[in-house]
Amino acid sequence: MEAISLLPLMTLLQLVFDTLLGFALLWLAWRALASPELFQAIVLFIAFGLLMALAWVRLDAPDVALAEAAIGAGLTGALLLATLARLEVKNRAKSELEKKHEVRVITEKSKHQTFFFLLRMLLFMVVATGLVYAVLTLPENTSGLAMPVLENLESSGVSNPVTAVLLNYRGYDTLLELSVLLLALLGVWSFGGIPKPYRSFPGPVLNMLSRLLIPLLIMVAGYLLWVGAHAPGGAFQGGSVLGAAGVLLLLVGWRLGTRFVGLPLRITLVFGVGIFVSAGVVFILLGRQFLEYPPSFAGVLILLIEAAATLSIGITLAALFLGGRPEFRRHK
Amino acid sequence: MNTVYLYTMVGVGLFTLGLYALLIHSHLLRKILAINVMGSGVFLVLVALAAPTQGAVPDPVPHAMVITGIVVAVSATALALALVLRVRTETGRAELPEEPLE
Repeated sequence: MEAISLLPLMTLLQLVFDTLLGFALLWLAWRALASPELFQAIVLFIAFGLLMALAWVRLDAPDVALAEAAIGAGLTGALLLATLARLEVKNRAKSELEKKHEVRVITEKSKHQTFFFLLRMLLFMVVATGLVYAVLTLPENTSGLAMPVLENLESSGVSNPVTAVLLNYRGYDTLLELSVLLLALLGVWSFGGIPKPYRSFPGPVLNMLSRLLIPLLIMVAGYLLWVGAHAPGGAFQGGSVLGAAGVLLLLVGWRLGTRFVGLPLRITLVFGVGIFVSAGVVFILLGRQFLEYPPSFAGVLILLIEAAATLSIGITLAALFLGGRPEFRRHK
Repeated sequence: MNTVYLYTMVGVGLFTLGLYALLIHSHLLRKILAINVMGSGVFLVLVALAAPTQGAVPDPVPHAMVITGIVVAVSATALALALVLRVRTETGRAELPEEPLE
């Protein structure tokens, strides 16, 4: 009897929680985009990412929650803060003038201001109304692709449906996604070496903490990779945790030995894509489709591809954080 | 008003908010933040629509798409940030000029 009477209360509490979370997300996004201080804006953006992870959990998407917490909030935040630090180093001479300039966009008043404000508001009302209309008129109660995915789960080699979609059914997407990651690094590297004014002096806390955290992070990355076959986790979550370990190492001033920076680093970076493509090509030669795995050892293959991808993703993300091509022919 | 509609509306709100900020700010770092917020809005709509309606399992395909999207977003952000630093070294400022260039 008690359990039945508690049920509406739980639903109500969940609704209250969802509503609060929804408003918190909108408020944080607004504050992150409107705050005059860039540093504050980025910190609010990181908080926004963490609340997004909470929203994914509420929407029954734990895989996405893990990816968001590690990549969306963690690594994007680290990248933004690193860029801000590099901008500020160059900024120091210009000081206050520039900072005033940053907020001028919001505070400046002119004759046309009101007209353009109204025009903008009209534009955004139209966009928002159109989007709300489009979302509300979507057909309800469509089962989507959940049933086909679950029916073929046994032949996919893994029991976590999200991993099955990522590594088996939609392998092309994941292969191209790894290529995009590599392409982004290529773009960053094409701008030349690591930006000069970047010396960090870690305090004793960061120094000690990194020693404790990095082995733990590497272990968590391995665990996420392994557990991804049958529970939330996988190559991207594991890879981004590995990337976080790399970022921490770079923050305490560790750099890859110059003899590893040349070919060994590059091979590690393309390892994931390489294994993925060669697994696809081998099965073309055996008379199957590209990226079509035989059900009997799909599980092993997926684990192999994921292990290679985890390593490559981790190293690529850490390299992106470094923000430039490490030099490998430096003579003292 | 159930959970699905609540989160899709928040997603639409985030997208619109991001679009607004993208257009009004001239600082490039703020534009990158705005694009990321827009992306989060799109992801929220996708996953909210995939959520189970009556105790069934959620659709894993949009989940996988969103994970792909998050990784692509961080790649694009990293490249954009490198471009911002480059713009800064070339022009001395990390924002767009107020007046159109001649």
